Amino acid sequence: MRAILRRYLPALVLVILVVAVQITLSATRQEFYMTQLTMAAYYTMVALGLCLLMGYAGQVSLGHAGFFAIGGYSSALIAGLGAAAAVSIPAAVLVTAAAALLVGIPVLRLRGHYLAMATLAFGIIVLRVLQGTPFFGGADGLSNVGAYPLFAGLAISGRRALRVQNYYIAWSLVTIGLLLAINLVSSRVGRALRAINGNEDAASAMGVNVARYKLATFVLSAIYAGVGGACLVHFSAGIGPGEAAVMKSVRYVALVAAGGMGSLSGTLAVSAALTFLSLRGVFGLYDDAVFGGILLVIMLFAPHGLPGMLAGVRARRSARRSAS
Amino acid sequence: MEGGLILQYLLAGIATGSVYAAVALGFTIIYNATGIINFAQGEFLMLGGMIAISLARLMPLAPAILIAVVATGLVGVLLQLVFLSWLKNPAVLRLIIITIALSILLREAALHIWDEKVRALPFFSGDETSSLALFGARVSPQVLWVLGISAVMVAGLTVFFRSTMLGKAMRACASNPTAARLCGIRASTIVSLSFFLAAAIGALAGCAVSPLTQTQYDMGSSLAVKGFTCAVLGGLGSVPAAVAAGLVVGILETASVSILPLAYKDVVALGILLVILSVRPQGLFTLRRTGWARRA
Repeated sequence: MRAILRRYLPALVLVILVVAVQITLSATRQEFYMTQLTMAAYYTMVALGLCLLMGYAGQVSLGHAGFFAIGGYSSALIAGLGAAAAVSIPAAVLVTAAAALLVGIPVLRLRGHYLAMATLAFGIIVLRVLQGTPFFGGADGLSNVGAYPLFAGLAISGRRALRVQNYYIAWSLVTIGLLLAINLVSSRVGRALRAINGNEDAASAMGVNVARYKLATFVLSAIYAGVGGACLVHFSAGIGPGEAAVMKSVRYVALVAAGGMGSLSGTLAVSAALTFLSLRGVFGLYDDAVFGGILLVIMLFAPHGLPGMLAGVRARRSARRSAS
Repeated sequence: MEGGLILQYLLAGIATGSVYAAVALGFTIIYNATGIINFAQGEFLMLGGMIAISLARLMPLAPAILIAVVATGLVGVLLQLVFLSWLKNPAVLRLIIITIALSILLREAALHIWDEKVRALPFFSGDETSSLALFGARVSPQVLWVLGISAVMVAGLTVFFRSTMLGKAMRACASNPTAARLCGIRASTIVSLSFFLAAAIGALAGCAVSPLTQTQYDMGSSLAVKGFTCAVLGGLGSVPAAVAAGLVVGILETASVSILPLAYKDVVALGILLVILSVRPQGLFTLRRTGWARRA
């Protein structure tokens, strides 16, 4: 019982925080913050998926913004068809998963630098195709994307009247994403992924189908990104090629790294906080520099992320106490 | 297509390709000395170009470029000393992310120093309208400058690695660091030197190509990926193979412009990378690998 509680504690804390933040903001008439909080939730989906891939399976991707953009653009285009508008998000997620499968099969055979460069190349290809194709709106991207109707009058939409609802829709998705990820990493699959992260050859020798697990995790993490993109495009009623920029991909990597690489809750916390601040424009002109700086400092001094650094400080302090 | 036009495309392709080759050389030099793929390699071209452009307003072109090359080289050494030299057995993933972070910080620094405007060095001789007739093709003299500088660079590097004591020491370190240390070669000096060389080569290429393709703060990442394409095509080992690969990619990319929209230019080069990596990750020119490829 305690083990189960402990496992799902991050999700429980998340739900409590989400509700508490909403109540506080509504009570203090600061609901406008919810717009950025909702957007931050969708970007956090990408970070969660990437955390599974980087933190657990140990495979780097510098192209996840590409999957986010594929999800977003697909949903916008499918919604524009009219007839299929009702299924635009699921269809877009399928498209993203298919793209990830197509890219993943050749690319995941690579390791280290090669994988990093190949995924970077994938991201740039997506960016250039979106920028250079009139069908995708070129440099302007797509706009006037309609709301996505859910059940009971709910809709993913940027309308002011639906602000609180959308805040809850977005964070429910994150909660579901977190629960799925927790289940995954604490199952047999999670152990297999950690084995791959530790040593691919050893994992393979222990009977783990390395290629299959890597591919599945890659596709799953792309699905997280696709869900984020597909939902956000309806919330903000548009998307531009900038979503596929290299810097966006690097940001997701920075969030996962700062969150502690293999820590879902750390990634979620760091991602929600930093993305929100960034969307509020707190970092001003130095937005990208802040993310680059965080990435550098974390990787130099605390490769296990902020949670790892805190744990290290605690361990050192207790060691000192027991010594004295 | 008539002969003159083909030659024109070919020359433009070779000029582009020699820039990619310079990036590839930078990758190769650092990789051989340290096993690090330096994702900030493209930023060295940007930095060299930018510094030279600023200095060219104060002094003649030649010293401006010289100072820019040396300064960028020193930036390379500084990055290595401050951020990389003290890491003990870092994981590959960690190194990748560190050099990516460095590339972003260099880019952002450039953005705040030089803003986001597209700039260019003046043409080394003549101006943008002058052109030379060459077997029916019309080429900008700058294309010849780029080709000449690349050729001198490759020749210089080849002589350096083959015939000088320092170059031989670098090759020794690359093929067997322990044995090299036993022979009295200081590995840390060699690593710093490799960063200097890679950054300086990048800066020189960045200056040479600036009048043709302009210099902008965010040009680094796509240059880095394309340069890496060439380095991998060349098998991440030898200088001539990296150059040959650079020329192939440059020519293919230039040729693609006559069929595909201009915006897809990068897509071609990067598509080549993905195909090569998935089909033949050991490179195309690895049959006759000479001396200095690290066997890990």
